[in-house]
Amino acid sequence: MTSPAEDVDVVAARPRPRRGVSFRDAGPPVALVVMFGVFSALSADFRTIGNVQNIMDTAAVLAVVTCGITFVLLMGSIDLSAPGVMGASALAVALLVANNRNDNDLGIIGVLVAILLAAALGCLSGLALVLLKVPSFMTTLGVSAIGLGVATLMFAGVQPNITDAMIESWAVDRFLGFSYLTWIAATCVLLGWSIQRYTRLGRYAFAIGGAEEVLSLSGVKVAPYKVAAFTLAGSFYGLAGVMVTSQLGAGLVQAGKGYDFAAITAAVVGGTLLTGGRGGILHSTVGVLLVTVLTNGLVQVGVSPYWQGGVQGLIVVAAVAAAVLPQRRRNQVTK
Amino acid sequence: MTTDLIKEADVKAPAPVHALEVRGLVKHYPGVKALDGVDLVVRQHEVLGLAGENGAGKSTLLKALVGLVRPDAGEIWVRGEKVRIKSVVDAAEHGIGMVFQEQSLVPNLTAAENIVLGSEGRGVRRGVYRWDAMRRLAQEQLDKIGSHIDPLARTDTLSFADRQMVEIAKVLRIEQRTSHPPVIILDEPTSVLESKEIETLFTQVRRLREFASVIFVSHRLDEVLDVCDRVCVLRGGESVGEVAAAGAAPGDLHRMMIGSTGSEDHYHDTAQRSEKTLRPMLQVRGLSGPTFRDVDLDVHAGEVVAIVGVHGSGREDVCRALFGAVPTTAGEVTLDGEKLDLSSTRAACAAGVGYVPAERKIEGMVGPMSVADNMTLTKQKARCTGPLVMPQKQASLVDAWITRLSIRTPNRGTAIQRLSGGNQQKVVLARWLVAGDIRLLLLDHPTRGLDIGARSEVYRLMRELADSGVATVLLADSLEEAIGMADRILVMSDGRATKEVACPSGGKPTPLDLVKEMV
Repeated sequence: MTSPAEDVDVVAARPRPRRGVSFRDAGPPVALVVMFGVFSALSADFRTIGNVQNIMDTAAVLAVVTCGITFVLLMGSIDLSAPGVMGASALAVALLVANNRNDNDLGIIGVLVAILLAAALGCLSGLALVLLKVPSFMTTLGVSAIGLGVATLMFAGVQPNITDAMIESWAVDRFLGFSYLTWIAATCVLLGWSIQRYTRLGRYAFAIGGAEEVLSLSGVKVAPYKVAAFTLAGSFYGLAGVMVTSQLGAGLVQAGKGYDFAAITAAVVGGTLLTGGRGGILHSTVGVLLVTVLTNGLVQVGVSPYWQGGVQGLIVVAAVAAAVLPQRRRNQVTK
Repeated sequence: MTTDLIKEADVKAPAPVHALEVRGLVKHYPGVKALDGVDLVVRQHEVLGLAGENGAGKSTLLKALVGLVRPDAGEIWVRGEKVRIKSVVDAAEHGIGMVFQEQSLVPNLTAAENIVLGSEGRGVRRGVYRWDAMRRLAQEQLDKIGSHIDPLARTDTLSFADRQMVEIAKVLRIEQRTSHPPVIILDEPTSVLESKEIETLFTQVRRLREFASVIFVSHRLDEVLDVCDRVCVLRGGESVGEVAAAGAAPGDLHRMMIGSTGSEDHYHDTAQRSEKTLRPMLQVRGLSGPTFRDVDLDVHAGEVVAIVGVHGSGREDVCRALFGAVPTTAGEVTLDGEKLDLSSTRAACAAGVGYVPAERKIEGMVGPMSVADNMTLTKQKARCTGPLVMPQKQASLVDAWITRLSIRTPNRGTAIQRLSGGNQQKVVLARWLVAGDIRLLLLDHPTRGLDIGARSEVYRLMRELADSGVATVLLADSLEEAIGMADRILVMSDGRATKEVACPSGGKPTPLDLVKEMV
């Protein structure tokens, strides 16, 4: 062993490897603060406590969906199944808790069953990917259609309105100023971050996105982890479907409409790359807040609703272009 | 000093138990015999060097040892036991581990995770990471090789040399799986290291010998002799002999690597033009870019200039920079007296510069597209009238070139990926010729992966082009090829042009003369 004095010497001599937050990682949070500041300066309505609560409550469902999709994106895969999976879970939970269509009153168990159904659909995406070698873009698109089909069958022409007090209260009742849904979302983010940081599944998702062939060269079987990541993503979508049902007070087939692309946008804006291996839950969550603050802020400063969609799109493209700027090179192939 | 040339005759003697023994290993690829009955012995606690030209079969042999290539015939014995190695995991079970030439680390994980990847042991309990235990496991491995890397640093923030230490630490994990001393394979570990880092690596290799056997592969023969106990030489997929490192000179090894296969006029020497046109076609002054500095280069019309250098010398980037594919920071380049625009590949094409990339299947051709479409990919005007593609125009043009270059293809509509490598390469070359405006041809390993016959045809084609006044810059696959084809050779080392060697027909330098300049 070398003496401590020598150790210090050696450490001082070598360039210190980075272990903190890189400049690029810092970009989206800085953008969030700046955007928040700009809107606060421009609009008195924006900078109210009520509006901040409003933003958080609006972001809740998207945050949960984004948590799920982040694991898939980290692997370099893509997941378009959120709308179908959320629709199926929305209908399942609406029919299992107290409602106007049947005599079920399973309460929290109904919620768990709905999430389980969603997890099974996610698992299906993963299995199709690793067993049939169908690219995730197509498998998840197919699974979304399956989910919508299942939801439509359960819907059967009559909209189930829920009468379950607990689930209705999630969207309405507040704890420390935020709705229960917001707290559920915050818990999901914490849970997702722990999985990403402290479990083999989370770390291997990073590794698969970083250099999948190295994993197999090291004797790791990759397929189970891929299936597990899609299953985990499915469970998050399932919970999100339940949350939408709570907001609407009814189970709708279209509960998850548009959440697939909204979640991908949020994740990418936050710094989770579509090529995999970079970013993570916290990045994606910042992305969710960025997108939500942007939408809310544009309304508050009085941008015409006719303009909002276009302006929002422009800002998203600009944000992503800025994120990939450091790694552009000549003759780069972009698809 | 004399060298021991032991013909591998005494191998069958069952004498001492070797750490690893390979008998008569054979591997065929379509059109190429990569391994043709290789024998190899690795003794306990020795560092065995493996030398051979490109294409001698080194990488195939190593891949067979770690289960990445399934040999067609032959046996592998580990410590006196015949084994079948079907995967990297199998190899690890038998105590064989390899540090790959292209580093096999996951860049976005920590060093610690990479070291224990696949065998986390107490670092992970029921799928949940215990970062402390993992760091300690990794630290143990790093301590073995005396490295001071922070185990929790992200791998892509480490220097290349440090990452190599991480790889060695990772490979040494196979000790956990076997009770015997492991066999560690180091494939070209020094190719991108600075000399100080190489010293550190050699210290590690000598340390490894105390508890393992090592197979060391390098292009730099002096290094091989420096660090190894014994060197085995491969040529054309066969083991041609071995040398005790003590007392041997790089020249001895080199002679064995090349053999005496001076096949007459393989490089169409006689067609090499003796009289030099004095018109300089390409003039490069002070060209600097990401991996090279201050490069000067002149190529006359009808001349072939080869650039040689070891991996990391920057020659590939010089070649690509002349085609506008790598950005440059300084320098003047003129083509036939006019300033050459290096800002894009499109400008280079328009100026009459052609580039044949080394990665033919990835960069050189569009696999599923037809021979005709591949041939007319760049010079669209040759097949178009205005904005429209004229099928008859394309057909007659392409057929003419198929005949002229004797490209063997069922017809011009055949997908190029169905052709043999040599014929594919001819189509890629023809792409630059169809418009008849080519002035400078940049050939990056044009014969890579081709068999002897196909090589010879590519050489003949190069001679013809030179005769018609095209200036050629060649990055050769081997030194022999460079010497055989070039009129002049530019030696590059560490991003600088260090030496220029004349190479006229009849007065060719030997590979050794060049090797001295390269390292």
